[in-house]
Amino acid sequence: MSAQQDGLPMGQQDFLDAAGNGYGPEIRGERIALVDLLDRVLAGGVVIAGDVTLTIADVDLVTVNVRALITSVSNLVGPPPAAAERNQ
Amino acid sequence: MAAEDHCLWLYAVAGDSGGPFPADVAGVGRAAARPLGAEGLVAIVADVAQPEFGAAGLRRNLEDLDWLERTARAHHAVIEAMAGRYPVVPARLATVYSSEEAVKAMLHERAADFREAMARIAERSEWGVKTFAAAPAGPEGAAGSPAARPARPAAGAGAAYLQRRREQLTAREQARREAVVSARTVDEDLSRLSVAARRYPPQAPDLAGRAATMVLNAAYLVADERAGEFAASVRKLAALHPAVELTLTGPWPAYSFASPGGEGDEAR
Repeated sequence: MSAQQDGLPMGQQDFLDAAGNGYGPEIRGERIALVDLLDRVLAGGVVIAGDVTLTIADVDLVTVNVRALITSVSNLVGPPPAAAERNQ
Repeated sequence: MAAEDHCLWLYAVAGDSGGPFPADVAGVGRAAARPLGAEGLVAIVADVAQPEFGAAGLRRNLEDLDWLERTARAHHAVIEAMAGRYPVVPARLATVYSSEEAVKAMLHERAADFREAMARIAERSEWGVKTFAAAPAGPEGAAGSPAARPARPAAGAGAAYLQRRREQLTAREQARREAVVSARTVDEDLSRLSVAARRYPPQAPDLAGRAATMVLNAAYLVADERAGEFAASVRKLAALHPAVELTLTGPWPAYSFASPGGEGDEAR
């Protein structure tokens, strides 16, 4: 049995409240959050040197640039997040 | 073939027993994805325009959040169309080659790594679990409830306000601490059901789209046959730990577990 049959459609999310109930199909049907996707396609994925990307910068530097961009966007919206600490 | 004004965008690498490949999915730069084989492996690539995806174009476009979103979603759409049907090793966004020869050389050089990664992710999927601190109970938070508040002599309105504010902040900090403790237990339990786990930095509230503080942003690599059990565990943990709210996303292509040697914690 594949995970697709068993779980939600690929990449969609299920919100759970404290009682373990989903918040409803309208949220389940929502397309995936950009921020979840960027976590994965920028910080995840196999890191291979593309010969074009090599000429611009180390891929990690590109990621850092993009992260800086995202951080600055969030700073425009509101104050920096308080206490967003790493758990590990 | 990549014409002179084109370069090759890499989506993923699959084994040559994979396929069919998603030629009908609108990919990055609207180009159709196509397989490019070497070494018994298949790189899934698309021919993209040099001005947009060449070094100068990428440098400019990666700073453009709309372009980034469009491109990330297109990259994901192609990979998603394959993942779950056969093992694919997703490439990090913006891996671009100047020629087919360069792609083949990369497959040659990294063949062992790709085979290892494919073995690691075959018949497994990635699930995301985000853990948020639940809002403190009551309008003033737990510490503001009458039971928790010692009787105080009458004070001026300013002093009362400050006292209330202090209690609110204490309640919020207390809630966050309890959430961190719960998140650790949640993470340990879910890790036991997983082959590997990886933690991302918690997302800022503005980006996560929720006011609550995210205390854990984790990805788990789970055997497909245990996917149901994993989802059930997330529900059970959400019920067991009122200090946190959990969101489950997935199944995802194994983005977080694609790197050879794994940045993720290996099997436990």
